[in-house]
Amino acid sequence: MKNRRFLLMLALLLSIGFVLAACGSSDDGESSGDGGDSEGSSEDGEESSEDFSVAMVTDVGGVDDKSFNQSSWEGLQAFGEENGLEEGEGYDYAQSDSEGDYTTNISRLVRQDYDLIYGIGYLLQPALEEVAEQNPDTNFGLVDSVSEVENIVSITFKEQEGSFLAGVAAALKTETDKIGFVGGEDGSLIRKFESGYVAGAKSINPDIEIDIQYAESFAAADKGKLIASDMYNNDIDVIYHASGATGNGVFAQAKDIKQNNPDEQVWVIGVDRDQHEEGAIGDDNVTLTSMVKRVDVAVNEIATQTMEGDFPGGEVVEYGLEDDAISIAQTNEDAMTEDILSEIESWKEQISNGDITVPSTDEELEEYESSL
Amino acid sequence: MFTNRMINILIPIISVILGLLSGAVIMLIFGYNPIAGYGALWEGAFGDSYFFGETIRMVTPYILSGLAVAFALRTGLLNIGVEGQVFVGWLASVWVGVAFDLPMAIHLPLAIIAAAAAGAFWGFIPGILKAKLGVHEVIVTIMMNYIALYTTNAIVRHVITDGEDQTENIADSASLASTWLAEMTFYSRMHYGILIALFMALVMWFILNKTSRGFELRSVGYNPFASNYAGMSVSKNIILAMMISGAFAGLAGAMEGLGTYGYLASKSGFTNIGFEGIAVALLGANAALGVVLAAFLFGILKIGALNMPTVAGVPTELVEIVIALIIFFVASSYMIRWFILRFKKEGK
Amino acid sequence: MDYIIEMLNIRKEFPGIVANNNITLQVQKGEIHALLGENGAGKSTLMNVLFGLYQPEKGEIKVRGEKVKINDPNVANRLGIGMVHQHFMLVDTFTVTENIVLGSEPRKGLSVDIRKAEKEVAELSKKYGLNVDPKAKIRDISVGMQQRVEILKTLYRGADILIFDEPTAVLTPQEIKELIVIMKSLVKEGKSIILITHKLKEIMEVCDRCTVIRKGEGIGTVKVNETNPNELASLMVGREVSFTTEKQPSTPQDTYLSVKDLYVKDFRNVNMVKGLNLEVRAGEIVGIAGIDGNGQSELIEAITGLRKTESGTVSLHNKVISNLSTRKVTQSGISHIPQDRHKYGLVLDFPIGDNMVLQTYYQKPFSNKGVMSFKNVYEKAKSLIKEYDVRTPSEMTKARALSGGNQQKAIIGREIDRSPDLIVAAQPTRGLDVGAIEFIHRKLIEERDKGRAVLLLSFELDEILNLSDRIAVMFDGQIIAEVKPEETNEQELGLLMAGNSTEKAGAE
Repeated sequence: MKNRRFLLMLALLLSIGFVLAACGSSDDGESSGDGGDSEGSSEDGEESSEDFSVAMVTDVGGVDDKSFNQSSWEGLQAFGEENGLEEGEGYDYAQSDSEGDYTTNISRLVRQDYDLIYGIGYLLQPALEEVAEQNPDTNFGLVDSVSEVENIVSITFKEQEGSFLAGVAAALKTETDKIGFVGGEDGSLIRKFESGYVAGAKSINPDIEIDIQYAESFAAADKGKLIASDMYNNDIDVIYHASGATGNGVFAQAKDIKQNNPDEQVWVIGVDRDQHEEGAIGDDNVTLTSMVKRVDVAVNEIATQTMEGDFPGGEVVEYGLEDDAISIAQTNEDAMTEDILSEIESWKEQISNGDITVPSTDEELEEYESSL
Repeated sequence: MFTNRMINILIPIISVILGLLSGAVIMLIFGYNPIAGYGALWEGAFGDSYFFGETIRMVTPYILSGLAVAFALRTGLLNIGVEGQVFVGWLASVWVGVAFDLPMAIHLPLAIIAAAAAGAFWGFIPGILKAKLGVHEVIVTIMMNYIALYTTNAIVRHVITDGEDQTENIADSASLASTWLAEMTFYSRMHYGILIALFMALVMWFILNKTSRGFELRSVGYNPFASNYAGMSVSKNIILAMMISGAFAGLAGAMEGLGTYGYLASKSGFTNIGFEGIAVALLGANAALGVVLAAFLFGILKIGALNMPTVAGVPTELVEIVIALIIFFVASSYMIRWFILRFKKEGK
Repeated sequence: MDYIIEMLNIRKEFPGIVANNNITLQVQKGEIHALLGENGAGKSTLMNVLFGLYQPEKGEIKVRGEKVKINDPNVANRLGIGMVHQHFMLVDTFTVTENIVLGSEPRKGLSVDIRKAEKEVAELSKKYGLNVDPKAKIRDISVGMQQRVEILKTLYRGADILIFDEPTAVLTPQEIKELIVIMKSLVKEGKSIILITHKLKEIMEVCDRCTVIRKGEGIGTVKVNETNPNELASLMVGREVSFTTEKQPSTPQDTYLSVKDLYVKDFRNVNMVKGLNLEVRAGEIVGIAGIDGNGQSELIEAITGLRKTESGTVSLHNKVISNLSTRKVTQSGISHIPQDRHKYGLVLDFPIGDNMVLQTYYQKPFSNKGVMSFKNVYEKAKSLIKEYDVRTPSEMTKARALSGGNQQKAIIGREIDRSPDLIVAAQPTRGLDVGAIEFIHRKLIEERDKGRAVLLLSFELDEILNLSDRIAVMFDGQIIAEVKPEETNEQELGLLMAGNSTEKAGAE
């Protein structure tokens, strides 16, 4: 349903974009002047994309974190391309070097008259809420967390479902029956990943050993590498990371091991994006699969909706397996054998059917485990 | 033509100019327009009252962390632990701000004093280790930074809250934020802390230059042997110096806790307020007024820099490079001094 | 006449002062030429001009008859000029050879051929009778040996004109004797030496000719065998100088300081003072004679409160003051002129004015309720600067910028001004010129005559004999003899200091 509407809108926008491009009218710089009241102008439904501008504020990971900041930015770039916008005019990002920059960056974008401003990551929630309350006429999007502020749309994902399937894959792939999980900062969001992953793995093998470690940062590749090195030394052969740029260290460690001994079986399960390229080493690839979270799709979709005058302020938009916004990458065809894939497919069905409710907190996980 | 005093003032100024010029050259090399870049920087720091407010907001903790480093340096100590002292100060101020419900006249001073006391305590530990056991303060303070970071994180998660990532907001009666200032500056996070910071600069100047205690502290810093000979207690003064330095740093934490944020979130890394303080103190030649001016420069660069990517397309990293270059030129002041002297010679 | 070095009518200015004005120095090949002048007269400036560190504003330099322009030390090295600095420039953890070859290492491929270097150093050492072990580490050898390493360094680089900058200031009497032998053997081998000094005795003993400068002006050159110390001194100072300070016989009164059975350990936890007994009475100067390292420093530090004692007591006016804090000791009426004025006596980066209140800054009128009155501080400083003839541009000048003599005068002024009962003066005239020495000696005697007790520690026997009313000879942590200066002589004292008992010394 949602998807079809999205495609329809896309087609519509593309055609508008082409028309506009053909006209060649480009009055840059003037466009932002009257963009502040998109809600008002949405009433007549004839807003042109040229008047609409959207921006995002990264967390400290930055747009090149190979993870969800980057994914969000790709979503905005796609949105810009689809609507013939130019970077810096119609869409842009602001990078934060420390948490002190969040508020400043968001406020600055408000002052530059962006119509929709995304805060990427739950870390931006306090800053985003503060600025949103000060600027009720601007629309805001918060990724990965839930806010009740009227002019913020909360975009969340059922990461536990994707993580469940990652756990299934890990439990099927491991030869030692020991698998690992590396989290970024401990908190309810990453607990969703952890719970789903554990539930998935235990569903395949209730006796599997799972080592869970938190790096306490989304940007500490060195710590990621250290934890991964510990885990691999302790016979763990599959690590699922939900730790942003910290995960780059996990990949680095796996690749180091592979480099020294190509026969060693070590795997990493990536997160947020398909991290297939990060795992490439020579002819091998250590990326078993990735829990793909299409932040780009979500960001693009909400931006399009907003441009259409249909800003879902105050709502929580949740994406899951059924929207294909959460999926398991199948890029590594050698590693993801037919058996694994079919097994994943069957579990996916059960989740989609509602036969299984994947746990998303520690309590739910306990309940789920006792039901096994 | 050039007195020593003038040279001491000239060196930081020339360093800043050289830093900005080299930054411009680098921008040119990478194909950005330096005039647009610096224009955006200026806009981003002073463009309107919002940005001005944010700049002041940024300057406030920099002044205090700069004073902390400068105070220690003036007494012969290298306090690398300002970062950690900022953390404990922040924690203490927010804790007091959250835990009590008191009239403002008591609550706010209490929260501020708690921050200073916490910072002082964090400075006391390396101080006493240095004074009694001769352990070098640099090593201890570096390690204390990590202890502070992870301890505050643990306290935020498990003591103040129940597994949350951040504390509740502090009570209004403990807040330095002001609706008046915020409204005047279009909701910037500028707060009354700037007055405290400026006052503290005055306090540092007074302690060091006008009191007999300051005389002792400086004397011990310059020459502990002669100070001991003159009957001063070297170890007592080392401990005191670290505590005062730590108190300044703790206050910098209070500026963040009671002013800018109003809460404390668990952190994955350092805030860098303390580390920037080292650069601020260096640029400010360890003098109270110099620190205030240097803090302003850093605040302007930091806040203005955020505007450079969106307006001029210049990456933030480049601004970091410019700041690093300025520090580089200050640190190599010997070179600049040499040039000035040479110029002076030839001028004759 | 063949001059190896000629510096003709040299003028060198610094902002505000003329350091050298119209100075001419001509050194003959194979002579030891003294450059004599008070501290701050411009000796070092002149030598730095010769060494290429400064460029003169006027005048010319000839080396071996040829006019040269020396604009950096490398040029000086190439011309065969080498400098033995007063403060050694040696790396403590390197060996003798490594220090000597530093900067001009003999290479074998990419690595340093240390064997070859060691052999060369050993040969040089033998040739000039330096007796240096090429493989010893610098930190393990004595100051005298370190100085020889400095000499070897210049020889290794092929110098045949050696400049010695106050070489005896850091040496013991025995080492000075040995150095004189070395200098003579260097000259015999065809080297020429310029000796910078203000010690007349050394000039008389070793030099051929002597050039005197005073306050930046060249006064003239004299042949040493045609002059005498008194003439040299008056040339240097510009007035008649007396070497023996006039004083009345002392009239000792009550016992002020009393040290009983004192034991003190040094930083290595070794007993350096071992059951020492000593009394100093009001109105007398007691001199402690002894070779450095026999516990004198530890004794002084124990008396002045800088060091804890092991056992025994130090009392002032019958009140025990041992192991009190330094401040309490100071307040009880002891002044201390420390041995090392840079390390202990002054905060060099403070203005000289601030240094004048180093012990009293917290008292009225300098401080009131913890707030300082720098007005009163500088008023006090000004009066002391005037009274003690401290030559400084102003009381705000950093202590570091003053010459050694003026720094010492400032310390002495500060210490005497506190009206102490006991003045402990450790090497009060170390490294100073005759004018300053005379001044300081006079001041100490004045204080004695006012009824104060003075404890003098000095390694200069002249000073001990000249000033003391009573001489206590210290050896191995104890006072092994007490003698009257008028009843003894340098030779007897020397033997006593070496640990021979009175009877034996008397018998010889």
